[in-house]
Amino acid sequence: MFDLLRARLRQTPAPVTPRDSEAGLPDRFRGRLVPASETAESNRRLPVIDLGASVFAPEEATADRHFTRDHRMATRTRQALVLENGEMELAQALDARMRSLLGRSLRLRSVAAGSCGGCEAELTALGNVVFDMARFGVQFVASPRHADGIVVTGVVSANMREALEKTYEATPDPRIVIAVGACAISGGAFQGSAQVTGIPESIPVDLWIPGCPPHPLTVLDGLLRLLGRLD
Amino acid sequence: MTAFMQVANRRCVRLADIPVLGVDELTAALEHDTLDGVRIVALFGMPETPRTLRLMAIVARDDAGALGVASVVVGREYPSISSRCRQAARFEREIAEQCGAIPVGGGVLKPLRRHAPDHAPAEWADDGPHDRDAYPFDDVKGEEVHEVAVGPVHAGVIEPGHFRFQAHGEEVFALEIMLGYQHRGVERLLESSDRLRAVLLAESVAGDTVIGHASAACGAIEALARSRKTPRAQAIRGVALELERLANHVGDLGAMAGDVAFHPAAAYLGKLRGECLNMLMTISGNRYGRGLIRLGGAAFDIPGDMAAEIARRVERLRDDLAPVLQLLFDTASVQSRFDGVGVVRPEDVTTHGFVGPVARSCAVTRDVRHDFAYGVYRFAQIPVAQAWAGDVLARALVRRLEIERSIEFVIEQVSSLPRGDVRVDCAALRPSEIVVAMEEGWRGEIAHVVVTDADGHVRRHKVVDPSFHNWPALAGAMPGNQISDFPLCNKSFNLSYAGHDL
Repeated sequence: MFDLLRARLRQTPAPVTPRDSEAGLPDRFRGRLVPASETAESNRRLPVIDLGASVFAPEEATADRHFTRDHRMATRTRQALVLENGEMELAQALDARMRSLLGRSLRLRSVAAGSCGGCEAELTALGNVVFDMARFGVQFVASPRHADGIVVTGVVSANMREALEKTYEATPDPRIVIAVGACAISGGAFQGSAQVTGIPESIPVDLWIPGCPPHPLTVLDGLLRLLGRLD
Repeated sequence: MTAFMQVANRRCVRLADIPVLGVDELTAALEHDTLDGVRIVALFGMPETPRTLRLMAIVARDDAGALGVASVVVGREYPSISSRCRQAARFEREIAEQCGAIPVGGGVLKPLRRHAPDHAPAEWADDGPHDRDAYPFDDVKGEEVHEVAVGPVHAGVIEPGHFRFQAHGEEVFALEIMLGYQHRGVERLLESSDRLRAVLLAESVAGDTVIGHASAACGAIEALARSRKTPRAQAIRGVALELERLANHVGDLGAMAGDVAFHPAAAYLGKLRGECLNMLMTISGNRYGRGLIRLGGAAFDIPGDMAAEIARRVERLRDDLAPVLQLLFDTASVQSRFDGVGVVRPEDVTTHGFVGPVARSCAVTRDVRHDFAYGVYRFAQIPVAQAWAGDVLARALVRRLEIERSIEFVIEQVSSLPRGDVRVDCAALRPSEIVVAMEEGWRGEIAHVVVTDADGHVRRHKVVDPSFHNWPALAGAMPGNQISDFPLCNKSFNLSYAGHDL
């Protein structure tokens, strides 16, 4: 008992909030990819940057683009991930009807569908004492029957396609779909493999969260924007 | 290992020098040697001519630090190797599925990942055992025996796999595991991609083993290019590999605490795992170390002030971890749940060739860093952690020991990083050579075998994740246990679905 209390006293409480996060991210952190500032100042054409196809490898920073430490990258449409003038429209909240249906809670079912396991590891990390998404009413649940929506990670491999469709169908309507990670959005590093099928068109995506894997704060930021808790 | 040609970790040999045996000869050698403490590191097929397949067998004798390689050329059918050598069983299933060569006389041939052959000789028709929907599950007959099917979509946030329990009440009689849901076609992509993309793919074989797989893949390519990394680059790779081990061992102990409802330790260890990942992020810009390991060394240096910061943070981690681990292992309710559950027997380790902490928790000392020392581990030896009981508690103890030793290693290395560059050029690959690069990832031995063709292009890139060896250990540890102990047992192994499915 005393050991338990002693251990508790040693551990410093640590929850971080999406707002004040940038200070905590290291200099080398690769967040949103933007056109290089010199390119923006001169009147040359800005590069088109597709955050959904990026795996955020250091080599993607080239003469005309560089990484920032901005972790905010979630959007409501696939097209919004493609930055044509360097500007980005972050995710808008769900409509009033959906928000009133959800109230103060969001229950999600995770479907890993041909991933490397990295995105799932970050989704799991959202539940720990640091990111603690439960304080915002967001929780992963054991069954699609208990869920308000699903979170899809991975390329949607040929072997997982049916299971993904069944899980989606088992989720009560109205339901939301969140695509997390480069693989779910574009196939990521696995683009071009015959095993990659992508999220089927029958499953409309409401929130796109890029990254490889996305930092937990990127995911949290997207979820809170979707719920209208951040603007 | 008399039938095999001696090779070494990350040393290339000419393909022409590899002995070509008859199937019977190879089978007899494998049968004899595996009974004598040798294990199969890799056994895979690659098209030799449009009508024949060459099987490459790579074997290891850990206590002698010896690696051997031999090959055999087969047609569409060949006499089963696994009928005489148990360790070959999963490899044989993999060869049938990837290449379409059918072993005859080895019993029911089950698919492994359920996909069409992608490494078959050109003139072979596509009719291997890869029907996605037809998987012949074993069942147990008897009154009141019931079947529990779980997955591929599980209750937790984990990767997909399908588990079939044959149970009597709570007691498990048998567990069969069907995988392949995460199959993305990694090997084919590795063989057809440019060099940078191949490293990105290696980083994505298993998302919790980014450093391990990237280092093994780069080790193989660098050997073929005769690129020699600087001592500083080797030390940085070692530091990153141990930070990865720390993150996963700490996280898994936390998850095991969670599975026995000991929430204080689960919460603290979950937070401390994040601290390990954050150190990797400080170095590489990514919480899992993506972007750090590149051909010729490392993409990022650890400058002096960062090294001092890492040393300070690891010391703090050590001080924060000690009381939590003490609490976890001293609590009676935790001990009683860990003790005697999910036992792997030492004889199964040698029969099936298990690796990593699973083997080390059965008093079988197997550790690539020690047995086939490479890179920084040639100069900074880490004692091999060991326990003997083979149960959940033993696996937890091995992880605890490895946490302590990795912490010491990281502090020592970042405090005395050798001077020099972190990256050198990596030239064109030598033609018609083969290399085996092994790495001790946190789950155990990661092997990447790369073969080049006459033009110096990658002809075959075989990946063997430790999970490939160890999944049968989990299935074998369940009979006699309760279904309700499965999550705990599963977590104590924490095998990779993605690493297995490729």
